[in-house]
Amino acid sequence: MGRTSVFLLSAAATVLAGTMPALSAWQPQKPIEFVATAGPGGGTDNLARAVQNIITKHKLTEQPIVVVNKGGGSGAEGYVYGKASAGDPYKVIFGTSNAWQQPLVSKVAFNYTDLTPVAAMAQDEFLLWVKQDSPYKTAGDYLKAAASGEFKMGGAQSKDTDEVLTRMIEKTGKVKLTYIPFKSGAETAVQLAGGHLDSHVNNPSESLGQWRGGTQRPLCVFSPKRLPQGPKVTASEGWSDVPTCVEQGLDIKQYEQPRTVWLPGKVTPDQAAFYVDLMKKVQATPEWKDYIEKTSQVDTFLTGAEFDKFIKEDLEHVKQVAGEQGWLVK
Amino acid sequence: MDNLGELLHGFSIAVTVPHLVLMVVGVLLGILVGVLPGLGAPNGVSLLLPLTFGMQPVSAIILLSSMYWGALFGGSVTSILFNIPGEPSSVATTFDGYPMARDGRPTTALATAFGSAAFGALIGVILITFLASWVAQVALAFGPAEYFAVYFLAFASFVGMGGAAPVKTIVALAIGFAIAAIGIDTVSGSVRLTMGVDELVKGVNFVVAVMGLFGIGELLVAVEEEFHARAVSSKIDWREVFRAVGRLPRHGVALLRSAAIGCWMGITPGGPTAASFMSYGIARRFSRRGRYFGTGEVEGIISPETADHAAGTSALLPMLSLGIPGSATAAVMMGGLMIWGLNPGPMLFVDQKDFVWGLIASMYVGNIVAVALVLLTVPVFAALMRIPFVVIAPLIVIICVVGAYSVSNSYLDVVMMLGFGIVGYLFKKLFYPLAPLVLAIVIGDKAEDAFRQSMLMSKGSLGIFFANKLVTCLIVAGIALLLLPLVLQLAKLRRKPASPSTETTAQEKVII
Repeated sequence: MGRTSVFLLSAAATVLAGTMPALSAWQPQKPIEFVATAGPGGGTDNLARAVQNIITKHKLTEQPIVVVNKGGGSGAEGYVYGKASAGDPYKVIFGTSNAWQQPLVSKVAFNYTDLTPVAAMAQDEFLLWVKQDSPYKTAGDYLKAAASGEFKMGGAQSKDTDEVLTRMIEKTGKVKLTYIPFKSGAETAVQLAGGHLDSHVNNPSESLGQWRGGTQRPLCVFSPKRLPQGPKVTASEGWSDVPTCVEQGLDIKQYEQPRTVWLPGKVTPDQAAFYVDLMKKVQATPEWKDYIEKTSQVDTFLTGAEFDKFIKEDLEHVKQVAGEQGWLVK
Repeated sequence: MDNLGELLHGFSIAVTVPHLVLMVVGVLLGILVGVLPGLGAPNGVSLLLPLTFGMQPVSAIILLSSMYWGALFGGSVTSILFNIPGEPSSVATTFDGYPMARDGRPTTALATAFGSAAFGALIGVILITFLASWVAQVALAFGPAEYFAVYFLAFASFVGMGGAAPVKTIVALAIGFAIAAIGIDTVSGSVRLTMGVDELVKGVNFVVAVMGLFGIGELLVAVEEEFHARAVSSKIDWREVFRAVGRLPRHGVALLRSAAIGCWMGITPGGPTAASFMSYGIARRFSRRGRYFGTGEVEGIISPETADHAAGTSALLPMLSLGIPGSATAAVMMGGLMIWGLNPGPMLFVDQKDFVWGLIASMYVGNIVAVALVLLTVPVFAALMRIPFVVIAPLIVIICVVGAYSVSNSYLDVVMMLGFGIVGYLFKKLFYPLAPLVLAIVIGDKAEDAFRQSMLMSKGSLGIFFANKLVTCLIVAGIALLLLPLVLQLAKLRRKPASPSTETTAQEKVII
């Protein structure tokens, strides 16, 4: 089927939708492409493949789904691809808050406004981690020690979520940290285990194995309340035993990374509604609960105005930090 | 000897009928994706991944890792027969494998490659079996400075190696570094060298570069020279398969040296690509027939293949014990582990003994299955060389175009691949070496990241590269390898001051 006929079909669907809104909701007519804005094996890729698996298993759509990785340029490759596919409702882009944060700090050829937001499906938490045998018991101890010497803080990518949080810790805790960017959270975790860093701010799933293995431990979680009760990670502790950073005197109430789903720009409201509905159905399955639990994420579902509000708030916040650091482009 | 008991237990898990069937299926699928360039092991494994969600984790990993072994072997086939490396780590195999196949000895080339690959893999698994805990500790000692030192050593062992004129090597390296810098920079987060092409933000994919440089570049040279105008009259002789494998022990020193380099690079974790290049470079320096490298030397095939597989196998250990994937394929498998509900990390060896030792045992069995299957297929693949050039040439173009497109479904990649073809042709015509160019494209950005991370840590002091014994040794070894040819040259000059030897010009011709 050529591009024109797809266009005609969707145009026909739009016309029909205009006249008979209840009966003629848009349905996909050809295979759907899931674009993961990350390499194989990362958190975003896992999400795209988990959703693909759930949709296929429960036959939530008739059409086959293919996952494509476009993780080049810290994910910019996938978003640029989404922008270039304007009007094509068969490309679904999976990403993070990168979609609006990256254009602020580097000259990438897209902005989140070039895409149609579908939903934010899960939130990854951030924690402050130190090496297992380090002397700090609380975030307070850590800040006290960091004030006298310059600590090395590792993280994934530059001027991205990890570094933004690092700069927030610097400002709130009145310390100076040397930020060292690595390719991924997993790599950062190993560097901390080897004693090459003093701390990092990984997501739970990125350091779960290391915590259980006794090479590093979390001091506090950047969340308004403690994480939900789950199975114990080490012999004595689980995620719910980790205090919040506010409890320990590091006053950063909330810092989260949403996993986001987008369509290219210029798709019809009907087409977007189909995918919102599809993702809602995915979220209602037991496999989804399983995925959330195994990756230690928080289940959320933001769409429409709520999602917009979330983006705007986060954008304001990041803009402020980026402005203070002199990262803003243009 | 605890480990030996665990291993025997592992064999009782791996050597069951369903698991053996999975291994055969995995290996065959792997050979298929390995032989079809553009598919490759990472894509093959990720296509298969959803099928494994319902399986026992140990069955799933056996299927996926068998596919990986098959793909590694299959990747060597196209490198040797058509000069198209499917994986970064099989680039070095083309240097002598392709000339030998073109010379009418494809059977020997393939059998030698498979035999030495199997040897390398075996040494890698033995290492994992007995030194699992020690190896995990070694990898932890590697911070950014140590990483940089390892990459430096890989460059040094290849660069200082003579062959091409040093200036040409440096030019090739510099172009490679520039290509590696395209895209988003990890350390500063800014976009570099995209030259106004939005899509270039993703950087230049390795497969796109080598398919053009080697596949298309070689084709252009061949068309011009009418070298290939007739099919190679290759005798297909079953016995030659066994004879070639039987001759391997004669090159015992090369085998052991390459396996040692491979294991070292696998665990440190420099990775299989750096290992195969380094092993080839060192073999060229120390082999008695080193000066003939590039014309179809047996040791020129043995060295990169053994090191590649030794590194590929031992690199699975850091993945399991630390959660750092050593290759793209390992990264996909790690994603699989998470979905099966296992967390890679130090506790995997304690919590999931059945899984870990089942996998290790399956590596022994899987590699034996893989090598048996590929040796059986050698004559079939060798027969491909009898197809006339007029048929093969368009086929190579199609393979390269489809391969480049399927990397990320992008036309830009196809255009770039053809551009690299012209670069490859010019390099050959002007006697510039391709190997340093490729090495710089593949590990150039990693080396750069490691260097700049070190500089951030030390606040700009180079002292960090001499801060402890490990990193000092690596750096000193690297510098020694760089300076060695210079010193030898000086010594030679002093002995016979004036003899512009014909040897150098002869060597220029065989630059790879």
